Amino acid sequence: MSSPAAMAAVVLLPVGVAVLALAAASVNGAVNARAEGGAVRDGFAAPFRETARLVRQQRRTLPGADSLLWRIAGAGLGIAAVLQVVVIPFGAVWFADLPVGLVWFNAIDVLLWALWWLLGWGANSSWSLVGGYRFLAQALSYEIPLMFALTAPAIGAGSLRLLDVQAAQHSLWFVVWMPVSFLVYMASVVAFSSWGPFQTALGPDIGTGVLAELSGIDRLLVLGGRYAVLVAGAAFSVPLFLGGGSGPLLPGGIWVVVKTIAVLAGILAVRRLFPTVRPDRLAEIAWVIVVPLVLVQLAVVAVIVGVNRGAL
Amino acid sequence: MIVALMFWAFAALAVAGGIAVFVVNSMARATYALAVSFVAVGAMIVLLHLDYIGVITILMMLMEMAIMAVFMVMFTGMNPALMPMDMTHHKRRSAILAAVVFALLAGAIFLIPWPARIGSPAADLTRSLGDAIMGSKMLVMLTISPMLFATIVAALVLANPRGRYDRYGDRLDRRTADGYPDPDDPIRGGIGR
Repeated sequence: MSSPAAMAAVVLLPVGVAVLALAAASVNGAVNARAEGGAVRDGFAAPFRETARLVRQQRRTLPGADSLLWRIAGAGLGIAAVLQVVVIPFGAVWFADLPVGLVWFNAIDVLLWALWWLLGWGANSSWSLVGGYRFLAQALSYEIPLMFALTAPAIGAGSLRLLDVQAAQHSLWFVVWMPVSFLVYMASVVAFSSWGPFQTALGPDIGTGVLAELSGIDRLLVLGGRYAVLVAGAAFSVPLFLGGGSGPLLPGGIWVVVKTIAVLAGILAVRRLFPTVRPDRLAEIAWVIVVPLVLVQLAVVAVIVGVNRGAL
Repeated sequence: MIVALMFWAFAALAVAGGIAVFVVNSMARATYALAVSFVAVGAMIVLLHLDYIGVITILMMLMEMAIMAVFMVMFTGMNPALMPMDMTHHKRRSAILAAVVFALLAGAIFLIPWPARIGSPAADLTRSLGDAIMGSKMLVMLTISPMLFATIVAALVLANPRGRYDRYGDRLDRRTADGYPDPDDPIRGGIGR
């Protein structure tokens, strides 16, 4: 990483992730408003209003709260998102070219286990702690399918480096011959963001769980960080499955952003089609149905790569 | 120069995290102090250009500590895990043991005649690691894997409070009127078994 690239990574990436996170929250607010019969414009403005409110709100802490761990975890979500995005190649431009970029993504998504649980633990509130445990229970279900889903692009490219994974898709995107991996990956992204059908850790049935005691800037960091992690997951699907920066006319970097926005829009659009899945039920679904499916996908990919001597 | 400085900084962080494990008074803090220590070790391994092993160390240790925090809080007696508590016990014996082990290991560093390096590292260390595991070291992996797997299964069997006879009674093929398995579960799994 040269020093202009380092500067760009420090300034550009966090801002870009924050802007996309805000846009996702805004569109989600609009979809919510429309479903509830409110004004769509109010829905778009909802995250901005909430941000303004939370920035001015005084921070509230229960006696006996483990503030240190709690605040580290709250601030950590957004940082984890940027750490994931930093290894993504934007076409021919990249900020950090890690030889094991794929494993790096995996390591950071495991960091989210710690962050969500610590958010639940730090508040010193039963409901928050229940939320933290719910996330870990859910994580046990999605992580193994996610790891196998991530293995498919690595086998296809014969490399853990994202530039190689991107280059291996120049004739055919991985999503075409690894559809199961792609779907499992997307579901896992939604799950590690505690969002959509996988948001039991923040469920209204436990008084919004992990969020229950968060207020002021802490709450803003967690709500925003959650969307930031969602954005990072969507962005990572582009070099893994959607051909990276390949596309006509526009430069590769723009295509990565465009594809990320398209994936995000997809996530926002299908969210309402799925009911919330309880972690205890998800365990059996994930281990009995999804893991064998992903393994079959891996076998298919391995045979294709073996016969074809490389990616399709 | 910068790499050397970073290496020492991570080394100091690893040691500080290790010390913090025994100084703090909360289960959660001790667990995550240990996680910080291990992550620092993983970063040091990355600095040695063993990218894959370094990142995988970070991944595994974070996951392990997240799970360990759950078990520590779950299985620590009444509820002391939720209260401030001392993280040390058997202090004198532990101190003697630690001092002896440290002296042995530190002494070994100076006393062992370390061999000079033969050859040079492979261009792609991740690939050569994979080749070693799936090639010349395959027998070791094949021996270790079933043992680890058997250990996991045995631990689960021991820890599981309800076996199949608790679920089905004496008739393990118990069915409902429409032919589905009919276990006596407090909560059913996601696919209706």
